[in-house]
Amino acid sequence: MNAIIENLPRFLDGFGMTLLLLVVSGTGALVLGTVVAAMRIAPVPSLNGFAAFYTETLRNTPLTLVLFFCAIILPYLGSTLPYLACAIIGLTLYTSPFVAEALRSGINGVPVGQAEAARSLGLGFRQSVTLIIFPQAFRMVIPPLINVLIALTKNTSVAGGFFVVELFTVAKELSNANGNAVIAILLAIAAFYLVVTIPLGILSGRLERRLVVQR
Amino acid sequence: MRHTKLSFFALAAATAVVLTGCAGSTDPATEDSISTPEPAPSFAEGSTMAALADAGTITIGTKFDQPLFGLLGPDNVPVGFDIEIGKIIASSLGIPEDKIEWKEAVSANREPFIQNGEVDLVVATYTINDKRKEVVSFAGPYYMAGQSILVKADNDDIKTEDDLVGQPVCSVTGSTPAAKLAEIGAQPLLTDTYTNCLEPLRSGQVVAVSTDNVILAGLAAQNEGEFKVVGKPFTDEPYGIGLALDDTEFRDYINDVLEKSYEDGSYQEAWDSTAGQVLEFVDPPAVDRY
Repeated sequence: MNAIIENLPRFLDGFGMTLLLLVVSGTGALVLGTVVAAMRIAPVPSLNGFAAFYTETLRNTPLTLVLFFCAIILPYLGSTLPYLACAIIGLTLYTSPFVAEALRSGINGVPVGQAEAARSLGLGFRQSVTLIIFPQAFRMVIPPLINVLIALTKNTSVAGGFFVVELFTVAKELSNANGNAVIAILLAIAAFYLVVTIPLGILSGRLERRLVVQR
Repeated sequence: MRHTKLSFFALAAATAVVLTGCAGSTDPATEDSISTPEPAPSFAEGSTMAALADAGTITIGTKFDQPLFGLLGPDNVPVGFDIEIGKIIASSLGIPEDKIEWKEAVSANREPFIQNGEVDLVVATYTINDKRKEVVSFAGPYYMAGQSILVKADNDDIKTEDDLVGQPVCSVTGSTPAAKLAEIGAQPLLTDTYTNCLEPLRSGQVVAVSTDNVILAGLAAQNEGEFKVVGKPFTDEPYGIGLALDDTEFRDYINDVLEKSYEDGSYQEAWDSTAGQVLEFVDPPAVDRY
């Protein structure tokens, strides 16, 4: 316990970095995922094809490889981005197809009549997507989207292997420095992750009750 | 489009494999010094030695990613100086090397492994320090390492640790050297394996890699002519053998075995067949019977 209290500032440093990765990559992935989902339902075959390819490629590449590519291969090709930016880009790219797929399942759940009604009112593709289809789709997919964010929370730890000092890095550092309290330190780190993920789960339940589509 | 993109990823993947996987290019001595176990000696009733000798098997935790000391070869058998030390101890108990179970012990799980009896011993470039002594016991030290600096072969600006102040330097998460770097005022960049440090060094994202000299020597040897180790070691890292806390009997026994190996040449043989291919032999430190 002493080891944890003494090193609380270090824990909080790591926790702050984990939160930063989560918030920035999460926001990025939600935006990017929405764009990809829109591409997949757009009436333009080339966009559909690209979005499908993008989704399949990233979704089926292990996160470690994606981050490895961002942190190790890009500098090789002359990029001088700081490692934090590399990690954020990698996490955003990796998470966006999961967001897109969750959204697509929501879009498929919107009755076709809604789209037809929007068209018959004279709304264009963009209007019917932004005003009619997406708002309903988003409400339906809150639980899977929160799941994606919970997975992202845990995935941020992979960035610890690529020069970003977050919770996982702090865990290793402190357990090495305090050989007498390794288990306590690892439990504390786990608790910090739970501090993020459990409220996310609760939030999911609340949002669902508030926003559920009444039929 | 699809094709080029795919081959691009294939290239990235291949690079990843090459970067992380070619850790066995310095071929350690393949002709195993088959140590013929002596007939099982008799030990005091109820001692750890007796229990292990009776069981005829021992579990040893070691590193699987440190060239020269403990590196998992392509055939899934770890090789290195730590491994040889483990074999010396096992054979003194009458356990042949094929009856040793090697378990990977990363830095963070060495103490828990010993504490919950998952392993009988840890021989894993394990620095002896006071905090660790509270939860495990140490036999040895059997080797004295020290933190040193690895730079590109054409870099003549960095000669001592003072030249690292304010500079980005790569090391490994949760290691004593990483803490030391922060202490002297360098900017540590941390990753999880030493081989990952080499890319940033090549591309100039960091000016140096810093950790125990023996590990750096291994990295330099694997990438001949590309890097060099500079300066004198600026810390003392006594490597010890971790075992259950307060098993003084077993600790004394291992210290005896180590001392015997210093005398009968098996220690030097273990060194020569592994780390000695790259590093000078230095006389082992005196064991600390604290």
